Amino acid sequence: MNDNHLSVSVASLRLSNPTMLASGILGYSAETMEEIAKSGASAVVTKSVGLKPRTGYANPTVVQTKCGLINAMGLPNPGIEEFAKEIKAAKAALAATPLIVSVYGFSEEEYATVAKKAAEAGADAIELNVSCPHVKETGSEIGQNPEILSKVVRKVKSSVDKPVFVKLSPNVTDIAEIAETAEKAGADALTAINTVKAMAIDTETAIPILSNKIGGLSGPAIKPIAIRCVYEIYERVKVPIVGCGGVTNWRDAVEFMLAGASAVQIGTAVASKGLSVFGAVSRGVEAYLKRKGFKSVNEIVGLSHRS
Amino acid sequence: MKLSAYRIAANKLRTTRILCIKTESPTVKTLTFKDKVCAKAKPGQFLMLWIPKVDEIPLSIMDVNESGEVSVAVKRVGEATTMLHKMKEGEVIGVRGPFGNNFTLTDGKVLIVGGGTGLAPLWLLAKKLADKKAKIFFVIGAETKNELLFRERIEKICGKENLIATTEDGSYGVKGLATTPLKPLLAKENFSIIYTCGPEKMMRKVFDLAEEHKIPLEASLERLMRCAMGLCGSCVVGRYRVCRDGPVFNSNKLRQIKGEFGVSKRDFNGKRIPLE
Repeated sequence: MNDNHLSVSVASLRLSNPTMLASGILGYSAETMEEIAKSGASAVVTKSVGLKPRTGYANPTVVQTKCGLINAMGLPNPGIEEFAKEIKAAKAALAATPLIVSVYGFSEEEYATVAKKAAEAGADAIELNVSCPHVKETGSEIGQNPEILSKVVRKVKSSVDKPVFVKLSPNVTDIAEIAETAEKAGADALTAINTVKAMAIDTETAIPILSNKIGGLSGPAIKPIAIRCVYEIYERVKVPIVGCGGVTNWRDAVEFMLAGASAVQIGTAVASKGLSVFGAVSRGVEAYLKRKGFKSVNEIVGLSHRS
Repeated sequence: MKLSAYRIAANKLRTTRILCIKTESPTVKTLTFKDKVCAKAKPGQFLMLWIPKVDEIPLSIMDVNESGEVSVAVKRVGEATTMLHKMKEGEVIGVRGPFGNNFTLTDGKVLIVGGGTGLAPLWLLAKKLADKKAKIFFVIGAETKNELLFRERIEKICGKENLIATTEDGSYGVKGLATTPLKPLLAKENFSIIYTCGPEKMMRKVFDLAEEHKIPLEASLERLMRCAMGLCGSCVVGRYRVCRDGPVFNSNKLRQIKGEFGVSKRDFNGKRIPLE
């Protein structure tokens, strides 16, 4: 594989190809993150970590629908103190592959404290989870309110000197407006999108299946929504966009880039395709570039906006 | 690593009714229900069982038959299993699966070592091994006589002379742990493979003995499960996901996770904690 064709820069991170691991998938342990990097992911985003340990919700935490998965894990994590050890170990194991630590908090101070500790432990960048749709007083409750979002991004930016990605929620009226807010507050890159608020009810028992009742939909079902979001954001902001939502094959990745994404994150497809999905998508993108006569993957970013 | 379309289909939650409940011991009940997909499971695979409004828990598949019936053995250990023990025949549960890999079948001379409800997947394994005319030696262990599971059934499959039962209080068979009679047995017999399932510290001892005697081993591990499809990372051991790369680990994989196997697990927060 010719890495020159595929390499991209996102907010000062040099990526060998445009496929990253999305937050929430594996990403607890250094060993699994190393496995993912070996499988071809150009960067790894950890599970979201907060100030204190969190147990998450009772099972069922995942339910499969026709074209995707609904999950409400409830942000289980060991807290930043404990997770810092894993970040250090992952950093050593990953070598040149950038490690992005996903961070959540219940206040701007918490976001900043966790981000600072993650950076001190070795994170190459921070991704702010302001878009988890199923935990109260954090996630999308922050990211849906431009005023609060702006405060959180500013506070984190003033606390760390690493690039800050802001992961946006599709569960808003105008995602481009939120994207502009994040950019103005200092975001170095935007990840779009987090899961779409969703639900499943068992017809035999009339009981909502997830213990939290409501969760977030991921997988192929949300790809058209994510493509539209990236397209709209690209028209309004200058910072790089990382596309996320239902990327399963190279064609999906190319579609995201044509819409305006500089790179993509892959999550749910790890279940259907296995870890080889990263390499497979990269090879497919490479073949596409060659067939179409492009010299670099950067040439197709936002290409659909010209037509 | 590939998840076939069949396995994706298997992940869909199906509701079914409990057909039959059998009390196996003071703390263990066997539940039987109909599920065509899980009835095709191979020995060692597991399913996720939904107890509506309570929880969803991983359980080894203990038995299957051609009419699509599936059995699981449930030990009363916490809230979910207590609720499951209170359920009655005819009540609705949900099922996802089967998940994970399976034991390797052989027709040689084999040793099976099981403790507690670890005997559940080993029962289906023993049945399939018997179909292949394997020569089976079985060691089963429990705390007391009335917690020894499936003893009569196992005896029928491997013969009385090839079954050793152990109890910690000496109320039946050899007094001690399931690992107690292994040394003399391994000195006397030549096994082509050892299969084990039960408390992880017991399995670690069996593994160490197998390594000493250079006998290949397969152990079925248990960890906290959430998604059961290799995504959430709750069940990671080393670089492996128990739900997807396991639950059956061969000697080669176990050597790679020696620092964790029989030593530590991850709790609900994802923190590594010592095994009790």
